[in-house]
Amino acid sequence: MGRSERRFPLRLDVQRGAVDMTHGSGGRAMAQLVDELFKRHLDNDLLRQGNDQALFLPPPGRLVISTDGHVISPVFFPGGDIGCLSVHGTINDVAMAGARPLYLAAGFILEEGLPLADLARVVESMARAANAAGVPVVTGDTKVVERGKADGVFVTTTGVGVVPDGVTISGDLARPGDRILVSGSMGDHGVAVMSKRENLGFETEIESDTAALHGLVAAMVEAVPGIHCLRDPTRGGLATTLNELAQQSGVGMEIRESAIPVHPEVVAACELLGLDPLYVANEGKLVAICAPEDAEPLLRAMHSHPLGIGAAIIGEATEDPHQFVQMETGFGGQRIVDWLAGEQLPRIC
Amino acid sequence: MKYVDDFRDQSLARRLARALAAEAEQGREYRLMEFCGGHTHAIFRYGVQDLMPANVRFVHGPGCPVCVLPTARIDQAIALTESHGVTLCTYADLMRVPGGDRRSLLKAKAQGADVRMVYSTQDALALARANPGRRVVFFAIGFETTTPPTAVALRQARAEELANFSVFCNHVLTPPALRTILASDAPDAVSIDGILGPSHVSTVIGSRPYEFVPRDFAKPVVIAGFEPLDVMQSALMLVRQLNERRCEVENQYTRAVTPEGNRKAQALMDETFALRESFEWRGLGRLPCSALRIADTYSKLDAERRFPVGLGESRQVKGCECPSILRGVKRPTDCKLFGTACTPENPMGSCMVSSEGACAAYWTYGRFRALQATEPGRAA
Repeated sequence: MGRSERRFPLRLDVQRGAVDMTHGSGGRAMAQLVDELFKRHLDNDLLRQGNDQALFLPPPGRLVISTDGHVISPVFFPGGDIGCLSVHGTINDVAMAGARPLYLAAGFILEEGLPLADLARVVESMARAANAAGVPVVTGDTKVVERGKADGVFVTTTGVGVVPDGVTISGDLARPGDRILVSGSMGDHGVAVMSKRENLGFETEIESDTAALHGLVAAMVEAVPGIHCLRDPTRGGLATTLNELAQQSGVGMEIRESAIPVHPEVVAACELLGLDPLYVANEGKLVAICAPEDAEPLLRAMHSHPLGIGAAIIGEATEDPHQFVQMETGFGGQRIVDWLAGEQLPRIC
Repeated sequence: MKYVDDFRDQSLARRLARALAAEAEQGREYRLMEFCGGHTHAIFRYGVQDLMPANVRFVHGPGCPVCVLPTARIDQAIALTESHGVTLCTYADLMRVPGGDRRSLLKAKAQGADVRMVYSTQDALALARANPGRRVVFFAIGFETTTPPTAVALRQARAEELANFSVFCNHVLTPPALRTILASDAPDAVSIDGILGPSHVSTVIGSRPYEFVPRDFAKPVVIAGFEPLDVMQSALMLVRQLNERRCEVENQYTRAVTPEGNRKAQALMDETFALRESFEWRGLGRLPCSALRIADTYSKLDAERRFPVGLGESRQVKGCECPSILRGVKRPTDCKLFGTACTPENPMGSCMVSSEGACAAYWTYGRFRALQATEPGRAA
């Protein structure tokens, strides 16, 4: 290629450069950012079509679509960053319908002054996560806002997937007597992020559990196609997710505190901060509800997948017109596990 | 988790429950006031009452700093941000407490006031250091537990000549509140047989300041830790004192509390604070010598002197029973607003805001009890 044929004579200075308003202007600077940063890392056939949309033939089956905005602070945290989180988060939302995720779209809102090195790190992380999951980012958008109007980078991802025939999973299908399972330890993500907040800054070994759960879901659906509900307990933690499902299905729930897996480090951090691990966010865990006779086969299927090794049956759905989620405490008493009131921790995902 | 799980052990709890059931005399009621919101929270969070005999009843006390703050002080804090343009640093709970016209700091923040949530006095100091052009005010509240950290911040700010930092002081004292409740001769005054004394407060002031309770009011006191086993063991100690007709200050929380308390912290408080002539408490009214202001030698760091804001009248939402609940006279479920107009998401009174408030604890952890008790066959 001759000198005159180069589209951008000077390469983007990813080491020392920063996002400025021209990167969102629609002009040459933006085209260069898209080419040398986004396309370079996220490269795939559909993205290479180079259009404002990706064109593909949907496979047979029912399609699902989900979208998720990510505003986490800090952008980089133990065990992950906003890049992989935005891939995992949306894949998980799609997968919770029992679906096989196909493609992602990504919208970036960048704050003027964001170091290009940080942006590159985020995009590389997205690319790694998307490759590992086998769910490519096939279209996207970039906007830049003035300094102070955002906080570094916000990422919105949208995912589409297809649900296999014979699978119907929905939050309104829990029935009294159904068993409630979780795929592993609760609260890791929230505690990992909190440990890096500048005004908290405590030492912990805990890393975010951020992970794409569609592989685990596929194994679960194969073992028990009749799973009733699946949901990932992100913001608001397990407590909030159980309350959502109880309300949607019109049932109560009875769980046992001693059966809920929580890492001792998470318990310790929560003790220190006055938080309850049941309300702390997860990004690589799911809650499943199934008929009582399916519980053991489902648990075995979860245990045989790397992301479900810590799975446990934590309780059951009950008949309760008040739709209370109640818990037998480790101490031997009884209490409600209520909806989260107020804001426990802003910008956790 | 070592040193925490030990105090939440189910088999020990069952052993204490058996002892309580055996020792609480039939046909007699034991009304034990837990002074602190920390105890109230533990009782509900761990379901302690499920392990207690029916005739040993907890009466919730006023020991929740957010709950006893009168609405006028919230209004004053809002005015500080709006009239003087200060950056107000506060703990999260306080942000949701409604003031006189039901505006909270959270609402003021949404309308542009510079209100920041902090976890400690040190966060507020750091904010002042990092922003020399901003006037940073720390909204100090709490009983004797949180007063020493504020004292440390005052000392640090003076040593560093941090000219843009000051403290809006609302620290209150435990013994005067306890005395007020015990001395009440109001027709609806709560009848109490014994007191579960504060745990964290007592680490600072010691157990001696409670000696007036058995002496002047003939009621036993047991200083109780905040873990559920502490609460049960302390209840058992109170039951034993009452059965044996003893009446003294006992200390269950010996792992942290001594008779004389933390002398160093006390000296620090004496240096930086002075006694207010009187201070308004939500529910208890104006109590003499019940709160602290910043000492004259630290007057430059006193937000009330630097940014004068008039103290208005405290107003209570009509129908809100917080005042009676704080005195132990009523239970949260006695309030018409409880769970209808007043919930943690939309609190009308302070007791529904703080996790240490009786209404919040009832609603968040225990509201199934009242409902299920009224439904045949569903008793909890």
